[in-house]
This record gives sequence, structure tokens and C-alpha cells, in this order.
Amino acid sequence: MNIKFVGHTISYLLIMEALLMLPSAVIAIVDQDGTARCFAAAMVLLLLAAALLHRLCRRNTSQQYYAQEGFVTVSLAWVFLSCFGALPFVFSGQIPSFIDALFETVSGFTTTGASILTNVESLSRSLLFWRSFTHWLGGMGILVFMLAIVPMGKESGYSLHLLRAESPGPSVSKLTPRMGNTAKILYGLYLLMTAACLILYLLGGMPVFEAFCHAFGTAGTGGFGVLNDSMGSYSPYIQWVTTIFMALFGINFTVYFLLILREYCEVLMDEELRLYLGIMVASTLLITWDILPLYHTLPESLRYAAFQVSSIMTTTGYSTADFTLWPAFSQMILLTLMILGASAGSTGGGLKIARVLLLLKTLRRNIYQTLRPHSVQAIIINRRPMDEQIIQNTNSYLSAYCILNLVAMLLISLDEFPFATNVSAVLACFNNIGPGLELAGPACNFSFFSPLSKIVLTVAMLLGRLEIFPLLSMLSRRSWNRSL
Amino acid sequence: MKIIIVGDGKVGLALTRQLSKEGHDLTIVDSNPKVLNDNIENFDILTVEGNGASMDTLRRADAPQADLVIAATSADEINLLCCITAKKLGAAHTIARVRNPEYTEQLVALREELGLSMTINPEYSAAREIFHILQFPNFLKRDTFAKGRVEIVEMRVDEKSPLRGVVLYRLQHTIGVKILIAAVLRGEEVAIPTGNFVLQEGDHVFFVAKTAHLNKLLRNLGIGKQRVRQVLIVGGGRISRHLIYRLLEAGIHVKVIEKDHAKCLQLASIFPQISVIEGDGSQQNVLRSQGIEHTDAIVTLTNMDEENVVISMYAHYAGVKKIVTKIGRLEYGSVFTDMGIGSIISPKERCSADIVRYVRAMQNAEGSEIVALYHIANDLAEAMEFRVDDTVRYLGVPLKDIPLRNNILIACVTRGNETLLANGDTSYRVGDAVVVVSTGQHMIHHLNDIYAE
Repeated sequence: MNIKFVGHTISYLLIMEALLMLPSAVIAIVDQDGTARCFAAAMVLLLLAAALLHRLCRRNTSQQYYAQEGFVTVSLAWVFLSCFGALPFVFSGQIPSFIDALFETVSGFTTTGASILTNVESLSRSLLFWRSFTHWLGGMGILVFMLAIVPMGKESGYSLHLLRAESPGPSVSKLTPRMGNTAKILYGLYLLMTAACLILYLLGGMPVFEAFCHAFGTAGTGGFGVLNDSMGSYSPYIQWVTTIFMALFGINFTVYFLLILREYCEVLMDEELRLYLGIMVASTLLITWDILPLYHTLPESLRYAAFQVSSIMTTTGYSTADFTLWPAFSQMILLTLMILGASAGSTGGGLKIARVLLLLKTLRRNIYQTLRPHSVQAIIINRRPMDEQIIQNTNSYLSAYCILNLVAMLLISLDEFPFATNVSAVLACFNNIGPGLELAGPACNFSFFSPLSKIVLTVAMLLGRLEIFPLLSMLSRRSWNRSL
Repeated sequence: MKIIIVGDGKVGLALTRQLSKEGHDLTIVDSNPKVLNDNIENFDILTVEGNGASMDTLRRADAPQADLVIAATSADEINLLCCITAKKLGAAHTIARVRNPEYTEQLVALREELGLSMTINPEYSAAREIFHILQFPNFLKRDTFAKGRVEIVEMRVDEKSPLRGVVLYRLQHTIGVKILIAAVLRGEEVAIPTGNFVLQEGDHVFFVAKTAHLNKLLRNLGIGKQRVRQVLIVGGGRISRHLIYRLLEAGIHVKVIEKDHAKCLQLASIFPQISVIEGDGSQQNVLRSQGIEHTDAIVTLTNMDEENVVISMYAHYAGVKKIVTKIGRLEYGSVFTDMGIGSIISPKERCSADIVRYVRAMQNAEGSEIVALYHIANDLAEAMEFRVDDTVRYLGVPLKDIPLRNNILIACVTRGNETLLANGDTSYRVGDAVVVVSTGQHMIHHLNDIYAE
């Protein structure tokens, strides 16, 4: 374990986080709401910690870095970033408990959007901005951001391990030979689409500050709003813009790269994209039909259904209606969508459509093979045979996913809340969605959970965002000692 | 630049390491997903799985946009097909590794049709390098510049060497020949020494000297030139054939030990005047029965690095004066430095250095041309020869007034038939050839890159 190199990378990240707090600090200064001091204190602490780490971990060029270092760097980076990111909330006294502040920050970075605030509108604008901004950073991944701007070791494949550990999906690959360029392309696309979303919000008459916050939340598929009723009070135009952009950000970014390269054929034939859109359209239609009696007119119920499906499937978590009041069938569809999640390589969470596709095809193959024991079949996705290693990883991912979810539900149930609340709260956090059902629904928040449950849910959010293995691997003694 | 390397073998790996260090966009094509997977974890590259000679694979590797396609699989025919296909798809330049000497004539005749920018033949260049070393067995390594007029030679300072304990500014006095020390390798560190540097036992010294002065250098060092009159070669592959051909031309007796009967027969029929022994060269009694103690030089060229190293160590033990060892995997190079296995030859590294030189020359198509590039001192330093043209700055300025980067040494300037070892008053002008030694991390593509800005 090359702990010095890990520390070195993290020290850069901490400096970056300090710089990224600047926009919020500027808002604090403009607003004169007294939170400027809190941001300044947090930034000073960040820089001190970075200097200390930098001092302790001089870069050692003669050593090599492997998968192990990549995984540990990503996990530690997220823990550090979340802890420091929570400081402005604590210092300002608006979220006095550190556990609450940490929950809120992790919820931001992991693009969950679950909040412990009972009255969002009472928070200072600078803190609201920081909360939404963490969504934007966490969506594409903060280490990817670093790869885009800081030149890392030129020849090493270390950066690939970082991308693999941070980006969602069963098989992560680069778009271009150089990691730095790949990261730049990803962030370029991300920035461009966020800007488009922002402009459409402004055209719809949304106030500038709210437009920024909501654009960050939509782009990162996060879901922190600035109003108590999330998106419910906005015009249908803005709701449709949000619906469409959430769906767009839930698509694998490789697709957009292929579009730029004009490989339209490949995009059209992409099986994950087809399944993703298929599920989305089907669920929307089913829910529209199911809630029609509640809203009377078809356009209205279509708008509510489409918004909620897009919001839940891409794991954003905005809401325009309290869907806990919808019929059970609709709620069950939404719960299923929570688990399925968005596409791999997007900013969304969940199990990922690519994995679902792979699991379904594996299932079909296994059934076929039980009937014809000697048959040999490859699993073909997008006209390429899948590596058996990836299939195996996906299977074990599913088991780890189920086990960890169960453990989390078990721990949460110590609070003695109703069954659906426990289950949906864990699913909503683990899959980085935000609102669950019943007590954890869109009209409520997570403030009533005990500190233990909040910690469990915080860990669940991190596990879900980093896709389990990086964090779990940190617990292994082998990650800390190379000779083991 | 966008570079595609087809074939992820030893040459491919050496190229990947070097070219990715120089900051190019590399795509590696191979049909074996395992090796590709290993490499994508170690280097910042893209990989494509498939047959590199097929249009589909090359298209997936984005050959139409590539600046250079290097075909380095083990089969000549695939390499040629790959280059033709890549060229057809629109790749700007192609380099093929062609090893079979039977194709040499074709390559010349079909140059236009094949559209090749360059062919590389690692075995041929290795044989040439070995021959070179055997001419001056006292040096561990010889790299030539300026059409063979200047050389950088490597020498180890051993116990009895008069160089031991010499302060560099007194060097001229000790050896009485005009030479320059380009670099000194001590342990794992390389340095361009200053006047106060003191040589120690175990140092590897890299001299820059005129080829004509090498004999005198040896005489003044009190070593006296050994001559190699007979050579024992272990292993009868391609390199051996190229080497035997040259050795015979120079009138040197050759004995070859080879395991494989068919290969022995083939060698014996091509070169009737050499003695070919069928036997396992890694067995001590075979070597002894062939009189290893009495041979002037031994060259180990079997396919196994381990065997080569062991045979060479045994030869050292048996008292053979000159030993040349072929090692395919140079990752372990620094381990071997002081193991007594003599000069180390790596065909793959040599040919990857040739390609790197070509790539750097491509990068400044309109600027001063890089004529030769050698990696010396376990790859820690580079020696380069540049042709000076009018894009070069500081023309005619004496060296003492030129602000150079750290870790850069201008070794010599060749003008017409005249070679000057550099000192403070030397200057260069258009048309000269300049040899530069760099021990820094900075890549030098153009002569202007050596100036501190």
C-alpha cells in the first residue's frame, strides 16, 4: 500500500474543495448573512489539512500504483470531502449537529437529495447554494474533475483505477487514450448540458438563484430543492424541462460522445439506452393510467407521472406531487424503479440498467443451460461478447447489494417505524434517490430518525454512490498491507 | 500524436512504455485480452481487442485518424498486411517490423506500393550492435554518431583502473586524449559530472570520443586493445545468423552451440566455414568440452533470458574476457549491471529507441532533424544527434554564453569532416551535427528544447 501517494492525491483534492467553496462564500458576502465567516473557517481548515497531508506524504516517484491505491484513494477522498464539506453547516449553527450536517453533505455529494431539514427555506442562500453545488460535483465525480484539471502521473494507469472506482457501471472504459482528455470530455459535456438546463430554467422565468440550484440538482441527479415543496409550485413548462433533463442526465455519457462523433447507428442500437427509455416510457404510461382518477385530465396526470418516473428512475428525487398518496400500484412501480436506477456512466445511481440487462441475459442463459447442459453461450451486449469476469462481478455486486440493504434495513428498524418507511428509506438512500415512501416520502424528511439510523443511512449513501466495492475493500486488511 | 501499436509483445510493451512517457495518445491492438488488460492497468492508453490486420479492428482503433501505425506482431506477413490496410484507411505513417531477411529485397522493390515509412528489424540491429561491441571489447557499449565519426562508449571503473579516484579536471592529464565524460552512472543515479567530480570504483563512465581516438584512449589507460579472434555463440537463431555473417567478414573464427538439429544443419549449410556444435549450451560440460576457457569472447543468444544470464555468469567465472548477453526483458536491467555478464544487448529496446527517434522527428517535421537517439545508462539518459538548420536559435554563439537547461550537455559538434568535442568556445551553425546528452525528464524533440527559457 503506497499510502504516501494516496495522501498526496487527497491533499490536492482538499485544496480543490477549498477553492470550490469560493462561489458559496461570495454569495455569503453579497448576502451579508454572516455565513461568510463559516466558509472562510472551513476553507482555512481545508488548506491546513491539505498542507499537513502534503508535508507528510511527499510524492515518491519511484513507486508504482495499482488498483489497490485507486480504490483506497477514492473511498478516503469521499469520506474526507464529506467531513470537511459539512463544516460550513456546523459552523453557521443552522445545522448544529455534526451527524445531521454530515448526513446532509453526504446526501449532497452522493446526489441522494435526502434532507434532515424540516424547513429548507430557512437556510441561508450561501448554504443552499453549497448544498446544491455538492450535487453537481458528486454527479460526475470529484476525482474525475481532478483528473480533468490536474495532470497526474503521465504514464501510469493509476488514473484508470480512479475512474473505475468512482464512475458507476459494471465496466468503465476510457473514451480517448489519455485519461486527462477523457475526463475533460466528460466534464465538458456535463458543463454544456448543465448550462442548457440553466438557460431553459431562466427562460421559464425561474429566479436566477433558484435556477442555478435546480440546474445543479438536475444535472447531478441529486434532488435538493430550495423550496419546501420541491418542484411542485413551478409552472408546467419548468416541470417538463426538468423531466426531460433528468432523463438526459440518466443516460450514459458515452452515448453523447458517440453522438459528437456522429456514430448515430451505434447510439440507436445501444441496448442499454433502449431498455432505459423503454422502462421509462412503459412506467410513465402505467402510472398515468393508474393516477388518472386523481387528476382528472390526461395531460395533467401524464405530467405528474412522467416527472415522477424520470425523477425516481434517474435517482434525482425531485417531486411535484406527494406520490405517497398515489395508488399502491403506482407506488410499487416507483419502488421498483428506485432499485433499477439510471444507466451506467451517467450521473444517476441505483443498480444501473446495464447491470439489469446483464443479469437478465445471464438468467436466460442459465435457464437455457439447465435444459441443455452442454451448450455453450456467450452473453452478447451491443454486438460484443461480455467478459465472463464482468458477469461474475455483476453477480457478486447483486449479492453484496442485497446483503448490505438488508443489514441497513435491520439496523434502521431499531427505530420502530412502519415497515414501508424502513424499507423505502434504505432503498432511497442506498440508490441515491432521496424521498422514499410513507414517513420518508417527498413531503417529509429524514430528521425524525435516530442518530444511529442517520449514520447507517449516511454509510448506505456512500456505499451506493461508490458502488460498494471501493468502500468494502477499505475494510480488508489486505488493502493496507501489500505483502499480505 | 495519435499512435496505434499493433501487437502487444515485448517490442509493443517497450514502445508503449517509451511513447506513453513522451505524452502520445496510444491505442494498443492485440488479439489477446489478457495482455491488453495488464497494460491498461499500467499505462494511460486505450486498448482494442482483435486481429490488427483486419479492417474492422483497425477502424475500431480509429486508424483513419492516426498519425502513425506501428505493426509489431511476431509475424512479418501480418505486419505488412496491417500497414497496407492502415495506410488504405488513411493513417499518415506506418512502420512495420519485418524480420525475415528473405523479404529484404521485396521491401526495397515494393516501397511505394507498401507505403511503409520505415521497417524495423530488431534482430538485425542487435547483430550490428554486438559486432560493434566485439570490435572494441573493452567497452561495454558503443553508440555511434555523425556517420560513425564520434562515439559514446561505456566503461566500468574497476579496481585496477587508472581512472579510479581521478578528479575530472585532471582527466585530460591522466589519459592524454581529447575526450569528454558525458555521464556517470553510480548505483541507480546518473549524473552529468562537473570538473570536481571524483570517479570511484564501480562507476560506469560514458566517454564521448572520436572513433579514431578510441585505440589511443585504451593504450593510455594502460589496458591495451584486446582483439577478439574467436567467438563462441550460444544459440543459433536469427541474431546469430546476422552476426556470423559480419564476424566472418571480419575474419573472426566462430563456433556456435545450438540445441536444435535442424537449425544446426541450416547454419552449417549457410556458413560451411564455422563449427556448429549440436548440444545444450546451458550445460556446463558442453561449454567446457568446447573450451570455453580459451575463447576470446562469448555471446549468449538463446531464447531464454535466464539461460543467457546463467551461461554468461559461468563464462565470467571461467575467465572469458568479453561477454555479451542478450536480454529480452530490460525491466531487470539495473539488477544485472554489476553481475559480470558483460555487455547487455536488448533487441527490443534498441528498435523501440529507433521508433521513438522517428516519432520525435515526425513531431517537428519542419524543424531541425533528430538523426540519432540512444538510451544510455540503464535508460536514465538519452544521447541525441541533431542536424542544425535555420530554425535553431543561438547560432554562432559560444557555448559558455548559451543558457542551457539543467541536465543537458552538448557533447560535440561535427562540421563537414571535422569533429570538435565541445568546450566553452565551441559554437554551431547551419549544417552542423550536434550531439546532446540529456539526463533530465524533459523530452527533447528539437534542438531549441535544450535551452533554458
